[in-house]
Amino acid sequence: MKVRLAACGNWILERFPLTKLWEEHMAHYYAPKNFNFWYFFGSLALLVLVNQILTGILLTMNYKPDAQLAFDSVEYIMRDVNWGWLIRYMHSTGASAFFIVVYLHMFRGLIYGSYKQPRELIWIFGMLIFLALMAEAFMGYLLPWGQMSYWGAQVIISLFSAIPIIGDDLSLWVRGDYVVSDATLNRFFAFHVIAVPLVLVMLVFLHIVALHEVGSNNPDGIEIKKYKDKNGIPLDGIPFHPYYTVKDVAGVGVFLIFFAAIIFYLPEVGGFFLEADNFIPADPLKTPEHIAPLWYFTPFYAILRAVPDKFAGVIAMFGAIVVLFILPWLDRSPVKSIRYRGAIFKRALFLFVISFVALGYLGTQPATPTATLFARLFTSIYFGFFLLMPVYTRWEKAKPVPKRLTKEPSLDGLIPALKAAYEEMTIKPDNGFVLFGSTEFRKPNPQGIRNVLVRMAKKFKASLD
Amino acid sequence: MNDEGVDIAKRQFLTSALTVVGAVGTGYLAVPFLAQMQPSVKAMAAGAPVQVDLSKMESGQLIRVAWRGKPVWILNRTPAALETLKTMDSLLSDPQSRDSIQPEPTKNPYRSIKPEIFVALGLCTHLGCSPTFRPEIAPHDLGPDWKGGFFCPCHGSRFDLAGRVYSGVPAPTNLEVPPHRYLTDTLLVIGEANMESGA
Repeated sequence: MKVRLAACGNWILERFPLTKLWEEHMAHYYAPKNFNFWYFFGSLALLVLVNQILTGILLTMNYKPDAQLAFDSVEYIMRDVNWGWLIRYMHSTGASAFFIVVYLHMFRGLIYGSYKQPRELIWIFGMLIFLALMAEAFMGYLLPWGQMSYWGAQVIISLFSAIPIIGDDLSLWVRGDYVVSDATLNRFFAFHVIAVPLVLVMLVFLHIVALHEVGSNNPDGIEIKKYKDKNGIPLDGIPFHPYYTVKDVAGVGVFLIFFAAIIFYLPEVGGFFLEADNFIPADPLKTPEHIAPLWYFTPFYAILRAVPDKFAGVIAMFGAIVVLFILPWLDRSPVKSIRYRGAIFKRALFLFVISFVALGYLGTQPATPTATLFARLFTSIYFGFFLLMPVYTRWEKAKPVPKRLTKEPSLDGLIPALKAAYEEMTIKPDNGFVLFGSTEFRKPNPQGIRNVLVRMAKKFKASLD
Repeated sequence: MNDEGVDIAKRQFLTSALTVVGAVGTGYLAVPFLAQMQPSVKAMAAGAPVQVDLSKMESGQLIRVAWRGKPVWILNRTPAALETLKTMDSLLSDPQSRDSIQPEPTKNPYRSIKPEIFVALGLCTHLGCSPTFRPEIAPHDLGPDWKGGFFCPCHGSRFDLAGRVYSGVPAPTNLEVPPHRYLTDTLLVIGEANMESGA
């Protein structure tokens, strides 16, 4: 039996480079040994992509891409199809999870300079994935044919009509009708289910091929290929399998706890993952009182609203994404990782994160004059971060970069530190009240809390220098 | 490759010729592929005119009807509302409706055939949301300058009761007035214009 199996295996290996693929990309792909928390999100993105494809295929088995039937078919999936609710919530939660994971993955790239030479092309493939993902999410959101689906699509397709001369014809071509209608729904279904997923999978493949060509960056932003042993293996590298496959499985476990908690207990997340108005069938005669896109589009939506001119607003919104593509050439700092970069970049990045989150919040709120004013301020910071980068990254004083990877702080050191902080922030009461046997009941100590907070603030300020 | 005895020039010519033929063929194939996404003949034919009976409309009332799948508003404006229209000019970006779409008989200060009956396409000229009807004067959320009109919830564009856009809002032009005419005094047809100008 064993001999036969081996023979069968050999038959395949003589015809397909299975061992070679496995060794090049898993067992002998050497990744830096100091990957931290931020390095979970690449493999998690892959996991969510698989989740979306699987649950998506199952949903198409009962969904009807027809303006008359679509809304009811989604309700049918939710109520009458066996486990249909689970599959749909996995898909809708997966969409938001995809963006959470991808935004964190992109932020990792920002802080450790993973977009910088020689990884520019990985970053560009990644940005194309981000773009395809946005198209995928937008078109998928039309399919339930609720009020938000309808008016969201109406607004986004109308963005094209802002383009001078060809705009109106272009938006007509995208819709296939004079209004968002059955024709639009049907083609969005085709794009969402076939065209864009194919493009996404292709781009993910290219992203990984490019990554494995140049090798992974790391929290120190040091090229590990500079120091190799006599076998040509990087001294600071460890094989992806089993080291990082096992690490990523732990990450998957933690991710799935949060994922399952949302699916089972909070699938709408208070209107952030599924909006209330989308449980009302599409009505072409009435726009909901307050329309906002899903949370992952709100930063860009806030930028669109911040600009008082129609065409300029659309340019600004797309510009906010296009500017990410040229990031590798905007950053002129010789240092990759934030650990060794100067104070200017750290502060700029801090402001950028604040403004991105603030824009995300403002995009969910009605367009009052005050909100618009703040949106304009944060839009300026958003663009300032990128467009002024060629200037301020040249000014910054980088710290010396070590030649080899540094040691990551371990959890073992963290626990005593947390315990000490707890002791400082609490005080033993005079009456010596004892709770549950030996556990002492301690009162909060205002002076101690203040000391700890001041120390944390000072530490944070120092970390920005 | 063994290039011995090969006419390189001929090979290059054939390669170029084949590339050109292939490109032209791809170009021709792209036409039906792209053009099939244009509105179908059926979608283009679906724009039949709509008749509306106005005899039961009260003063100040707004009704919505669907024409070509789009919302069309018919608003019976009060005499007071018509008076305020004359005082709006300083707040508007195009008070004379020069850059806006409206049929010939409605090119007047009220943007309507009959002064009180205002017909408009209920889609914001910014990004196509349907603005909400807010006839009240100076509500707390719209500010003291509000004299009644239409407010777009999507991006905050404002229009007066003749569908004229305020200045400083995202919408570039006034609301579109669709072609329409009266069959009788109270029977309105949307989607057909009068042959002769005037009502």
